[in-house]
Amino acid sequence: MTQYLLSVIHAEGLPHLSEDEVQESFTSVDAFNHELLASGRWVFAGGLQPPSSATVVDAAGADVLITDGPFSEAKEQLGGFWIVEAADLDEALDIAKAGSAACRNPVEVRPFQAEPDQA
Amino acid sequence: MPDVDPAALDPAHLDRAISEIVRAEHGRVVATLIRRLGDIDLAEDAVSEALVTALEKWPTTGIPPNPGAWLTTTAGNKAIDRIRREGKRNAKHTEALMLIDDSPAPDPDEGPVADDRLRLVYTCCHPALALENRVALTLRLLGGLTVAEIARAFLVPETTMAQRITRSKAKIKAAHIPYRIPREQDLVARLGGVLAVLYLIFNEGYLATEGPGLRADLSTEAIRLTRQVATLVADPEVDGLLALMLLTEARHAARIRDGVLVTLDLQDRGLWDAGLIVEGHQLVRRCLAANRPGPFQLQAAINAVHTDALDASMTDWSQIVQLYDQLLALQPSPVVALNRAVAVAELDGPDVALAIVERLELDKYHPWHVTRAELLRRLDRDAEARSAYDAALALIDNEAEQAHLRRRRASLPA
Repeated sequence: MTQYLLSVIHAEGLPHLSEDEVQESFTSVDAFNHELLASGRWVFAGGLQPPSSATVVDAAGADVLITDGPFSEAKEQLGGFWIVEAADLDEALDIAKAGSAACRNPVEVRPFQAEPDQA
Repeated sequence: MPDVDPAALDPAHLDRAISEIVRAEHGRVVATLIRRLGDIDLAEDAVSEALVTALEKWPTTGIPPNPGAWLTTTAGNKAIDRIRREGKRNAKHTEALMLIDDSPAPDPDEGPVADDRLRLVYTCCHPALALENRVALTLRLLGGLTVAEIARAFLVPETTMAQRITRSKAKIKAAHIPYRIPREQDLVARLGGVLAVLYLIFNEGYLATEGPGLRADLSTEAIRLTRQVATLVADPEVDGLLALMLLTEARHAARIRDGVLVTLDLQDRGLWDAGLIVEGHQLVRRCLAANRPGPFQLQAAINAVHTDALDASMTDWSQIVQLYDQLLALQPSPVVALNRAVAVAELDGPDVALAIVERLELDKYHPWHVTRAELLRRLDRDAEARSAYDAALALIDNEAEQAHLRRRRASLPA
């Protein structure tokens, strides 16, 4: 089994969902989460506050730098994520397909590095 | 098959025989090794080592009766040696796999071997890989072309092609792209992606009219791979693609004369390959009988109508327009509409066709300008035709086609 990060991509400039549509997507994401839990593929998941709430800390150099805002200026930002466990990419893509349909956003699928003892 | 007596073959002949065998067997041998080893790189290295051994031994021992089985066994042994030598952490596991799964001699008609190749086709053409990477991997692993050959065929530096292949293999490993025949629901859905790769390889070879000879070989390679897929997957679209390739390839010799492109209506039909046409027509009849029309089958049927006519004037244009109507319904793209318009011109006249063409937004696509030029010319709108030829010429770099268009442009009344 491999763990995959399923990132929900929020892109700027997409048409805004109506209040009802937002409610519908909450309901369908909730149903999707329950299915994921029941299937035993769920590892962790969460939705994020908007990128404007982010703070960057850089302690790689001698000084610690603290900056307001997200690190990347990109128009596409992480909106939330699932971490799932799947047999292979095809299974992870299937989960991502259902997740993307539920939250109505594109989902990026990226494998985690294997644990050292699995290498 | 009896052993080939090495003494009966001169070295050049033997070299050619060996390289043909190697190319024909490569996909089969690599496919089996990848399943048994669970590692593409290890499988490829073992197969290359086995090929080196074959090239050393076969000139003296003769080519074994079942070269594919010989290569598979030898490569398997090389892999075990390597795993032991390198003492990999998971060596025991892999070795156990090799021992349990030591499949018998591969026979072309044998199920598991065919399944191995099918796994390889679907892995190389996985939708999670970019199209250009799928093409490269398919030619490398299934087709057995060297990285240098693929690089030359696609006119990119060898390092670029090597990187493309290495990255794709790394992604297959890191993302765990499965090495198996897709589940029922994906099998047909992904077949389209597989066929798209094969058609792209074919066109890359067919449309190349100059440069290194290997580019033309790509068409042959695509036909060979499509034949393989046709034996593995029973689907009328595979037959349709194969028929389309054969009927296109059949006209190859007539397509260029003295470095100038010859359009279909002016080709010397005596130069067409009658054998390929017969086979293509048989395949088209077989797909039509399945009654599950798809884009490749319809394009093949259109080509069958063209190749059925003894000369261009005998072409059944109404049937061609009907086939394009069906194709347009399945694949509503402006390019299909443009091709349909060419047939409409023959049936209903250039003015009707031009009205269709003018509505299409294809001004970045040179055939649109060429079609406009030809229709305007037939309507005696010479000045407009001339600028349409100019617009087409500005968009292409194929020398044979440029020569053809310059000639057409120059033949307009002054």
